Amino acid sequence: MKTEIKSDVVILFAGDSGDGIQLTGSQFTTTAALFGNDISTFPNFPAEIRAPQGTIAGVSGFQLHFGSVEIFTAGDAYDVLVVMNAAALKANIKQLKPGGIIVANSDGFDPKNLKLAKYPDGVNPLKDGSLEKFKVYEIDVTKITRIALADSGLGTKEMDRSKNMFVLGYIYWMYNRSLDNSIEFLKEQFKKRPELIDANVKVLKAGFNYGDTVEAPMHRFEVKPAPVAKGTYRSIMGNQAAALGLVAAAQKSGLTLFYGTYPITPASDILHELSKHKNFGVKTFQAEDEIAAITSSIGASFGGALGVTASSGPGIALKGEAIGLAFMLEIPLVIVNVQRGGPSTGLPTKTEQADLLQALYGRNGEAPVPVVASYTPSDCFYGAFEACRLALEFMTPVFFLSDGYIANGSEPWKFPAAADLPELKVSFAKNELKEGEAFLPYKRNEKLARPWAIPGTKGLEHRVGGIEKENETGNISYDPDNHELMVKLRQEKVDRIADYIPLQTLDNGNEKGKLLILGWGSTYGSIKTAVRDAIAEGLDVSHAQVKYLNPFPKNLGDMLKNFDKVLIPEINNGQLIKVIRDKYFIDAKGLNKIKGMPFSSDEIKEKIKEMLK
Amino acid sequence: MTTAEIKLTAKDFVTDQEVRWCPGCGDYSILKQVQTVMPELGIPREQIVFVSGIGCSSRFPYYMETYGMHSIHGRATAVASGLKAARPDLSVWIVTGDGDALSIGGNHLMHLLRRNFDVNVLMFNNEIYGLTKGQYSPASPFGKVTKSTPMGSIDHPFNPLALCLGADSTFIARSMDRDPIHLREVLKRANAHKGTSMVEIYQNCNVFNDGAFEVFTEKATKKLNTLMVEQAKPLVFGANSDKGIKLDGFKPVVVDLADVSVNELWIHDEKDQVKASILVRLFDAPSDENTLPRPFGVFYTEDRFCYETEMNAQIAHAIETKGAGDLDDLIRGKNTWTI
Ligand SMILES: Cc1ncc(C[n+]2csc(CCOP(=O)(O)OP(=O)(O)O)c2C)c(N)n1
Ligand code: SF4
Ligand SMILES: [Mg+2]
Repeated sequence: MKTEIKSDVVILFAGDSGDGIQLTGSQFTTTAALFGNDISTFPNFPAEIRAPQGTIAGVSGFQLHFGSVEIFTAGDAYDVLVVMNAAALKANIKQLKPGGIIVANSDGFDPKNLKLAKYPDGVNPLKDGSLEKFKVYEIDVTKITRIALADSGLGTKEMDRSKNMFVLGYIYWMYNRSLDNSIEFLKEQFKKRPELIDANVKVLKAGFNYGDTVEAPMHRFEVKPAPVAKGTYRSIMGNQAAALGLVAAAQKSGLTLFYGTYPITPASDILHELSKHKNFGVKTFQAEDEIAAITSSIGASFGGALGVTASSGPGIALKGEAIGLAFMLEIPLVIVNVQRGGPSTGLPTKTEQADLLQALYGRNGEAPVPVVASYTPSDCFYGAFEACRLALEFMTPVFFLSDGYIANGSEPWKFPAAADLPELKVSFAKNELKEGEAFLPYKRNEKLARPWAIPGTKGLEHRVGGIEKENETGNISYDPDNHELMVKLRQEKVDRIADYIPLQTLDNGNEKGKLLILGWGSTYGSIKTAVRDAIAEGLDVSHAQVKYLNPFPKNLGDMLKNFDKVLIPEINNGQLIKVIRDKYFIDAKGLNKIKGMPFSSDEIKEKIKEMLK
Repeated sequence: MTTAEIKLTAKDFVTDQEVRWCPGCGDYSILKQVQTVMPELGIPREQIVFVSGIGCSSRFPYYMETYGMHSIHGRATAVASGLKAARPDLSVWIVTGDGDALSIGGNHLMHLLRRNFDVNVLMFNNEIYGLTKGQYSPASPFGKVTKSTPMGSIDHPFNPLALCLGADSTFIARSMDRDPIHLREVLKRANAHKGTSMVEIYQNCNVFNDGAFEVFTEKATKKLNTLMVEQAKPLVFGANSDKGIKLDGFKPVVVDLADVSVNELWIHDEKDQVKASILVRLFDAPSDENTLPRPFGVFYTEDRFCYETEMNAQIAHAIETKGAGDLDDLIRGKNTWTI
């Protein structure tokens, strides 16, 4: 048997939601990461929780891309497709590379499953030669699992639940990986049911041994460790990173984190994560709707907490009026939008970047809100932290944008030490008034931020509200000149944030040249891969990923003018491009994909080639 | 003199802002009673926060020399929930209107009540949208002619306090702008209750709904049409306190005290939820014949855990069992590897 060396591999595990696909995938991920591979993953859930078994709608997938080289995306086409049933094959075969490997659970291709997957009567793709250009390994996973567990005393239903461990074991064999990490995991997972530890470990080993013992020639591969920076790593998903970033910001500012939210895909996992960390004093509040979620957070901020609210597009739409209130009150508030496909309910489980304009403009009146967008799963930690910094330093609501792709995707993270994170200095207003002097709640500092005077501070009692207020005193004012002044002041405050954020840097390529790819958010990995490859092929292309979308870094305009052409790829119908064209008067070109899926790096590379022709 | 010794007066709760309600509006009296009661509560001004929504009534915080927020329409209840969760030490007062609380903010009101945050709700009910100049509200009676219902309202109105009891409110009371003594007593009771205190205050909008509560507030009709309930006292009303209410099973009936002894009357017990549910249902239109009088006073009180207490208890428990959170541990997670 030969072992082939590979620089990177994309595997998709696919099956019914009940097949334990996500667990199989995440186990392989940790093991690969422990081995030293670079890795990026992306789960693909069906939209319905209990979609009918065996149907295309019920297919759940876990995509992972690992390698001995740097990995920036979960991969475009698959090298290996592991399918537990016919529907899983049918749903994903299009993305398998020619010559790719299919590992198929043959039991999932019985007449019933073929019918559920809507294959015509009598057609079985495993038998009819239609998969000729691939290598197909058919394994009766169900049967072998049951045999392995024959004397375990478990019922068939319970035995069948271990099927995924067989597949995992087999894939471990294929890439010559140790089983230790997964065995440890199983021990922990089934602490209370030792018989299940034994059963699962047995099946895991059976899968591994199957590769060794089976007579048919099967391939084995070697993927060496990647030359990643030295250090200690963990695996992190975007939503988890955002949650940790929020806790970190609360700790670094000495404030209580108040997180008001209403469940919605794909933002709920931030709530799930935060609600585990009550020992950090975190207050999570599952409100009755998104309006209560944000207004309760506003109330908490008014009281001196770090108020944060999160949702996805539909919920953000509901929060609009209250964002305006927070803007007028000029109190700190972070609004997290984990974007999904829209409009309306749209594509709840798919990714999209179509809420940028909503974040920038989606309110009545002149209400500019700073916007920070993260671009990788681990960057969500820093993005959320930074949004809190801006909110606290400038007394303003701040948008933090993430999306379904990075929120659910994971990657290794060389995490920081708490001590290396910046302190977020917060000083509540103190009563330093002289006799007879009135407190001025809207008197601004050099950043144009107003004082944060919280209830309980004697002598600073004051009233705030959404009605236009007189400069400095904050008293209600309908004076026309005052209104214009206040609108300009509030705008100026947000604009000046540009003085307090890092300058835009290039991620790759020359400072001057023929083509700049300007991305934002989760397109980062695909653009990075495409630009890296294009440069390696000798093309004159550079890449910058904007993280601050309002205000833009001060040097962004100059950077754009150093290139003959600018390409803005977005997972929407063209939003950042509108803002860039408007602000810098440049003839940027768009590359837009609106399929609820990320770009493949090839799609971007092709466009690069076309533009440089 | 230390600060604790400074005795506050009603004047200390008056702001420098000009009060902008229409002359004759019932809101003035309510403001006056609240400002009068505040110094008696013994709470330092800086510990008090008034949160309101939008409406004439919701202008209230601007006139109170405490902390205050005039928020957005219908959401004062939600703002106050977050504030109380973050700052259980504060005395939080919500000021809202019948439109603000029951229409746009109906959802939040319900949830505030069931969660039982320890806050006070003052719902100024004028059975009209005052600020927007006279449209009918969810509390306006069927047939009410207003700007938006020239042929009369075809909406069945809410019975606000029955709604609140249905949402498991732990304190339910009703008072009115024209009875300062009663209102001040009810305000004090509301403040003393631990949990959400729901106080409905009948308030005359003399511009758009003048006289809506006249029969309850004017001397000539008040005694006959109102029933002032007091804990452990029989339900007596009437021009010469000559009528009473007796329970016939679950059915309240009006009796003449000439025929029936006081001992047979319904004795008010604010801890009795069943009786409270009958009391809040005494909601006849006063214009109808043979109606039961409209009750005022504290109808129901219940001791139940408050959301913010439980929230803090969980945090304390988490810290006790897991230790105060360590940021490095959190960031590191359970599984790491070193390269
Ligand atoms: C979102 C929103 N919708 C509508 C309005 C207009 N509006 C302001 S107050 C109000 C009704 C107020 O009625 P109520 O709460 O009974 O207060 P009142 O003025 O009678 O005291 C309405 C509809 C608004 N301010 N905001
Ligand atoms: S409109 Fe009615 S409620 Fe509003 S201030 Fe005038 S009288 Fe009062
Ligand atoms: Mg009203």
